[in-house]
Amino acid sequence: MAINQTSRAADEQLSSSQRIKRALSHGKQGRISKNTSNKVMLGVFRVAAAITTLVLVAIIAYVVINGLPHISPDFIFGWPHGVNAEGGIWPTIVSTVYVTALAMLICTPIAVLAAVYLAEYAKQGRLVGIIRYAADALASVPSIVMGLFGYALFVEAMGFGLSMFSAALALALLMLPIIMRTTEEAIRAVPRYIRWGAYGLGATKWQVVSRIVLPSAFGRIATGIVLGIGRAIGETAVVLYTMGQAINLPITPMDSGRPMTVHLYLLANDGINMNAAYGTALLLMIIILAFNLFARHLSRKSK
Amino acid sequence: MTSVDRSDAGENQAPRKRELALVSRSTYLKEKGLQYLFFACAFLAVVTVLLIFAFTMMQAAPVFTDIGLANFFSFTWAPTEGQYGIMSLLAGSGLVTVGALVLGVPLGVGTAVYLTEIATDRVRALISPAVDLLAGIPSIIYGFFGMVIIRPVVAELTGGMGFGALTAWLVLAIMIVPTITTLTIDALNSIPMGIREASYAMGATKWQTIYKVVLPAARFGIVDAVVLGMGRAIGETMAVLMVVGNAPVIPESISSPVSTLTSQIALDMSYSSGLHRTALFGMGVVLFIISASLVGIVRLLSKMRKG
Amino acid sequence: MTVYQAAPTPEISAISTANFDFWYGDFHALTDVNLNIAKNKITAFIGPSGCGKSTFLRCMNRMNDLIEGTRIEGSMTLDGADIYAEGVDPVDLRRRVGMIFQQPNPFPKSIYENVAFGPRLQGVTSKSDLDDIVEESLKRANLWKEVSNQLSKDGLALSGGQQQRLCIARVLAVQPDVLLMDEPCSAIDPTSVQKVEDLMAELAPEMTIIIVTHNMQQAARISDYTAFFLQEVAGEPATLIEYGQTDALFTSPMDKRTEDYITGRFG
Repeated sequence: MAINQTSRAADEQLSSSQRIKRALSHGKQGRISKNTSNKVMLGVFRVAAAITTLVLVAIIAYVVINGLPHISPDFIFGWPHGVNAEGGIWPTIVSTVYVTALAMLICTPIAVLAAVYLAEYAKQGRLVGIIRYAADALASVPSIVMGLFGYALFVEAMGFGLSMFSAALALALLMLPIIMRTTEEAIRAVPRYIRWGAYGLGATKWQVVSRIVLPSAFGRIATGIVLGIGRAIGETAVVLYTMGQAINLPITPMDSGRPMTVHLYLLANDGINMNAAYGTALLLMIIILAFNLFARHLSRKSK
Repeated sequence: MTSVDRSDAGENQAPRKRELALVSRSTYLKEKGLQYLFFACAFLAVVTVLLIFAFTMMQAAPVFTDIGLANFFSFTWAPTEGQYGIMSLLAGSGLVTVGALVLGVPLGVGTAVYLTEIATDRVRALISPAVDLLAGIPSIIYGFFGMVIIRPVVAELTGGMGFGALTAWLVLAIMIVPTITTLTIDALNSIPMGIREASYAMGATKWQTIYKVVLPAARFGIVDAVVLGMGRAIGETMAVLMVVGNAPVIPESISSPVSTLTSQIALDMSYSSGLHRTALFGMGVVLFIISASLVGIVRLLSKMRKG
Repeated sequence: MTVYQAAPTPEISAISTANFDFWYGDFHALTDVNLNIAKNKITAFIGPSGCGKSTFLRCMNRMNDLIEGTRIEGSMTLDGADIYAEGVDPVDLRRRVGMIFQQPNPFPKSIYENVAFGPRLQGVTSKSDLDDIVEESLKRANLWKEVSNQLSKDGLALSGGQQQRLCIARVLAVQPDVLLMDEPCSAIDPTSVQKVEDLMAELAPEMTIIIVTHNMQQAARISDYTAFFLQEVAGEPATLIEYGQTDALFTSPMDKRTEDYITGRFG
């Protein structure tokens, strides 16, 4: 009886594995197309990556080739003159640097402290959820809407006029969520073991944050700030209607000016002096790429 | 030994109890004060978002009272004749965005898959920075490039000036690739290596592994990437402004001039006044709602994913 | 019910607990712990993983306060003063009850700055005072000879065992009365383990040391008293099973579960 059962079970097992084999053999016909489709599809992905890289190379090469002949000390340090804006672009460079520095000065302390709150103090809950959603929403506000808002609030309602200060405030709002997020990530990347060490020595929360956590996270925070600077320099729509468009060398924060991006837009749009447009585009790109490369260098160093 | 212990204990018994220091008032106030300061900084994000919405809304109030929603959501944008219909602009934004996604998503996701699944370390070390740099190039340069390089090519191919949706698609597609690629790479990298190995171990080819295992496992992250890329395309102003031709009408073809919400605001802000200006703020509110909703969708998706 | 074998009396103890219970949120981690930790002796906490010994250790300098939703019941006193009394400053408590962690955790600063960190927190600013403290602390931690000519080197550049001794030096620099050690030897090499154990023996006469360890030989080698913790049923709180002089506990355990554990029958 027992023997009979075992042999029947073995029989069943045998036939079931045979059945699987038989079923599998039906699938064999697809074999060739399996390898072909593999090759074809991997090729498609390679092409996608190649296009992306080529586009970057094309943009950079194009701007460099057309811009390089027009860049000279006179172009960088000279003033534009005449209806065709010949000469240099010095005031626009100063305006760009001025507004970016001011925006970062306003934005960085607030963003870093906000990140400290989110990473070190906040208890996960509804309120933190709301703050995060607000930060994400702020980061996604189209820059022209931020410009519109900055114009209505800072330029008109608060009476700062078309000025470095108005533009810097609007830019700072745009940068706030970006620097907040990178700083929070940097703070969270500091191992909790290191925090414990400081707490275990009798450090207060603020002492742990200010003497251990922030210094340890400094490299990554700096990377975020440098990337933010790169973005702020390239921003156009925000400053278009908050800084003004008149060529002017800003001295006080209440002065107006014309940043490089707006200068490039006006030159290209009017099509009157493409040489200056190419030169401006190249300088702008060099500055921004320099900040991006610097950020990469910082992030590699902090690892 | 034991006796020493006892005598120690005996000696210490009377003065033994050493009180623990209480939290000093100054420390307490300082720590609490700092905490409130940090909170205020974090809460500023909420205040700003509400302020942007409220203030832009306030400026746009006459849209409801003087222009009327029927006029505002009609198809005719002719401010000089009192027609403030944004539907053709909204349609323009939609048209430009959809086209950019159709071109940009496969390119972005494809690049991400190549970089995480196929490329050798050396190639990856070359191309990853390129993607980062692409993200760093400002929109005005993309617009400039589109205007002087892509537009003439499109003009050649389609006849006409080359200002239109097609040129905007190409420019925006390039612009959203870094966003989509970076976020997709994050999603792909978060898939455990073991899943891939299991698939290879069963005799799957690389493509089968990517298509049947990796991409499905990363689908939520890819959806996030697409939605955020969409947000970037809708909100983009300068690059679009420079290549779409800025005609606030429903375009006849993909190569004829069109206008979007963002480009129309940028174009009209310099001279608008009165109701025209309030209509621009109304468009700002519409854009704000769209972008905030997209962020909301991403958050909702991630919440659903977590359970 | 806990079994006591020649356990310290309250009179000679540094830390005492009575009916001590601990919760992580809804999870009841420890229940009914009653013990006196002998002053200036080495006490070892042993038991299988998840038996609450580390949790209990972290209650002694209120490190668990840093985790949201933790709660205690019962009492725990340091030199007769209630650690969990209203208004007690956990920050000041931690200066008196120092802690060494499983993972060596030097700050990403120089060796000198690591050791000077605690004194600086207490407002020591004079360079010569700090120099003194750093040198003496490193000497007491038996690290001075190895690092005296490279004090400005990053603490993270040291070997794992050296890092752990640097962490000990760092704690010694604030002169704690009690030193809590949470598996201090589980992440370092055997030679360094020997050095840390020697160091503990040198420190014990003037400092109460409590060590959590997985290694029963280590507990038997270095401790004066041993406490055995156990969580018998998953989901139920762990508790103290047996506590007493190390010799007695290891040679003639009175509880069957203690005997099973030290003879290697589970855990």
